[in-house]
Amino acid sequence: MTRGSGRRPRGGPIVDRWALLAIPLIAFLVAFFLVPLIVVSLRSVADFPKPTGDIFSNYGRFFASAANLRVLANTFWVAALSTVVCLALGYPYAYLMNIVRPRVAGLLLIAVLLPFWSSLLVRTYAWQVILRDTGIINTFLLDWGLITEPIPLIRTTLGVMLGMSQVLLPFMVLPIYAVMRRIDPEYTKAAANLGAPPFAAFRRVFLPLSLPGVLAGSLLVFVLALGFYITPALLGSPKDTMISQFIANAVQQRLDWGIGATMAVILMGLTLVVLFVASRFIRLRDVFGSLEES
Amino acid sequence: MTDSWRQPRRLLLLALGALTVFFLMAPTLVVVPMSVTASNALTFPPEGFSTRWYEKMLTDPQWSSGFVNSAQVAFLTAVLATVLGTLAALGTVRGRFPGKSAVNALVLSPLIVPVIIIAIGMFSLFVRWKISGSIAGLVLAHTALAVPFVVINVATSLRTIDRNLELAAMNLGADPVRTFRRVTLPLILPGVLAGGLFAFITSWDEVVVSIFLTTARFRTLPVEMWEQVRQVVDPTVAAVATTLLAVTTSLLLLVLVVRRQAPAR
Amino acid sequence: MSARSRHWGAAPDRPALALRNLSKVFGDVPAVDGVDLEVRQGEFITLLGPSGSGKTTTLRMIAGFTLQSGGTIEIDGVDMGHVPPYRRDVGMVFQNYALFPHMTAAENIAFPLQMRRVGRPEIKRRVADALGLVKLEGLGQRYPRQLSGGQQQRIAFARAVVFNPRLLLMDEPLGALDKKLREALQLEVMHISRQLGATVVYVTHDQDEALVMSDRIAIFSRGRIEQLGTGEDLYERPASLFVADFIGESNILRGRFEPAGDGGWLVRDPWRWQVGAAAAARASLEGGSAAALVVRPERLRIVGVDAGPGLATGVNAVDAIVRDVLYLGSMRKFELVLPDGNAAVVRQQRGGGGHEGRAGDRVRLTWAVDDGVLVADPHG
Repeated sequence: MTRGSGRRPRGGPIVDRWALLAIPLIAFLVAFFLVPLIVVSLRSVADFPKPTGDIFSNYGRFFASAANLRVLANTFWVAALSTVVCLALGYPYAYLMNIVRPRVAGLLLIAVLLPFWSSLLVRTYAWQVILRDTGIINTFLLDWGLITEPIPLIRTTLGVMLGMSQVLLPFMVLPIYAVMRRIDPEYTKAAANLGAPPFAAFRRVFLPLSLPGVLAGSLLVFVLALGFYITPALLGSPKDTMISQFIANAVQQRLDWGIGATMAVILMGLTLVVLFVASRFIRLRDVFGSLEES
Repeated sequence: MTDSWRQPRRLLLLALGALTVFFLMAPTLVVVPMSVTASNALTFPPEGFSTRWYEKMLTDPQWSSGFVNSAQVAFLTAVLATVLGTLAALGTVRGRFPGKSAVNALVLSPLIVPVIIIAIGMFSLFVRWKISGSIAGLVLAHTALAVPFVVINVATSLRTIDRNLELAAMNLGADPVRTFRRVTLPLILPGVLAGGLFAFITSWDEVVVSIFLTTARFRTLPVEMWEQVRQVVDPTVAAVATTLLAVTTSLLLLVLVVRRQAPAR
Repeated sequence: MSARSRHWGAAPDRPALALRNLSKVFGDVPAVDGVDLEVRQGEFITLLGPSGSGKTTTLRMIAGFTLQSGGTIEIDGVDMGHVPPYRRDVGMVFQNYALFPHMTAAENIAFPLQMRRVGRPEIKRRVADALGLVKLEGLGQRYPRQLSGGQQQRIAFARAVVFNPRLLLMDEPLGALDKKLREALQLEVMHISRQLGATVVYVTHDQDEALVMSDRIAIFSRGRIEQLGTGEDLYERPASLFVADFIGESNILRGRFEPAGDGGWLVRDPWRWQVGAAAAARASLEGGSAAALVVRPERLRIVGVDAGPGLATGVNAVDAIVRDVLYLGSMRKFELVLPDGNAAVVRQQRGGGGHEGRAGDRVRLTWAVDDGVLVADPHG
């Protein structure tokens, strides 16, 4: 096997023998991941309930319906709200992790990572148990006589928001924490030394230096929120329908593959556009790099 | 002692942090006590103690076959993803070839492409290939979703290896194959194991793709739970949820132990 | 320049900085252990010592980044006990400069002025002045990463002095630079500090840097000030074996001190060496106590062994064997072994007409009695 390829003089082979090891996975992902995505794209222009001459008739059908557009708008709205909630909770949390002793920071990290890796379905189920009309919160409030009939928590946007934010919070905390950890504590000390009280030092020095993490985390949360399926399906009402539910319904219940695939292509396109726009401001490698550190 | 003039601010931050930990952990943990309630309804705090919902889960053929299916699929997925992912990590970290960044993007993209799109794509294709509803189809699908975690973990441990260790081994007379077996592999082993465990967890917890690729005769535990969660209100589902959670958490703790063993620094 | 000096040189009678019995304990390890130090207005004082000797901890306590475990810090006569760092009005140049990476050089320099709510036009003027002071006009719009190490160092210096702090602290500010640049900047930092009339507390582990720049040097060892004085004091009249060993090269002869008249003798059979009156008075040792005689390498002369016992009065001697002769350009360095097995060093200027010893030669080393410094020998 060839070693030390980095030091090899220019003009060596363009592909070395190490590279061959990547071929099985590339072939696998092309066959079982890329081809399915291509099939979805093709079905959006080839699968019609009634044959028409126009290959884009699914798209015409899609955009003609105000209900479909509402699903799009609602998905964006819920994704944006989740991002804001995650940022509001995640930034102070990451900041706390950064200033406490390493041992405590380790515990706080575990508190983020355990839910990060535990089943999304289980967590959503837990929210259902807590939020439903006979759930923990309503039972508690009724028992104490604070309310006379259950307040609607489940099948509301609020319920969806709570469930989604809890699932997505780690994706906000981890990139922000990764960036904060790399900020030299001497900067904050220097700011204090130059006359900045704690809040001014934070606002003028620490906050701007942590912004790359905030951008990375927000991007990640927003993009992932766009594709949520389980949580809105179990915690939301029909009017909270998000894109993924729409796709699943189209394929499974309405058996309208064309419209489902069309929505899938739109979701894919939206995800790519968000990533592309974001790549102008931040390096995407940093976003996924922070995941690698987790 | 230090920073005494900032105490109130710190306390506020600590309170907020505690609240966030509660928000992150509490909902999941609520499920655990509910699974051992003696009552027929999901009340909190649970009334009495009983293991009857676990007994029901184990005796109900739907649940128990789901458990076996899940374990099989997750194990096979972990094996396949670990082999493919470790090889690919070696290839992309050590290798030299054009389009490397495109390959890296391809390997990571299952993490970012909305899973519903992957699900309907695979469904549409696997039905045609006649592997939908089979253990093979599900393993292939889960491997695509889990393999990024293997690549990430192995690549990270590969990058932390001091290349001089390998050069030293060769200088001491080890041929490339033996250098890999005696030096490189032991050093990346914690990364490989961690990647394999993550792959297992990914498959074990996967719902969306599984919903599309399973049938009433062949279901995994999360799919069974998904089917029942909207109809069944008795605490069996809580017992199933606790079981899923227990497996995941033990494997995660195992990851932490494995990582601590890492000899490379 | 004097119009800008709000603090500097304001009250010449009061010390600019006074540390009294200052101490810091980390866990149960004392890092600083009862430091007393007064720094005069406009003085350039260096804290010099090996790493871990407490000099940086002392500096960080003065800046307020670390709270002291005991003792007091007074700046301009005001106790700093519970004054947070941002109200201490003390400039600091950090070891790695700590220039804010998201601000330009000019924005970095403007920062302390903005924190003090100085008006915009004045900030502009003073930033320009400060950039001029460090000769970096025109580089204000660059970001720190676009500047060389030396330029970053100058910007850090400008940022630390632009608000006329009461005290200027520098923590190994030249440590990251290469030797040539470091020597040039030593002079520049020293000249600008003098020009501003700044009171400077400078931390370094580089003794040449300390000797070049400082009015006075405080030698730190194990959390204490071992000796405080001018460079000449420390070199010519070290007060302890540690200082003698730490500053420059030394030849150390160990023995017992026996007083005689104003001076005395250091006895180590079969040798005995005379101790001058001044040296004996400074050391003030009791008769019979373990002591050492310190002689600098350039004070020793090499003569033949056969020069005979008939030494002139006021001259001491010891025999040695030459181990190596090193040619160092302008001088020759002899490394020798004393009869007790300890090493000795002699430096000889070229053309000084000294002994042309070769490796293996038996020689005799002589020195004037007044060139020997007597110190206590704690290991004796």
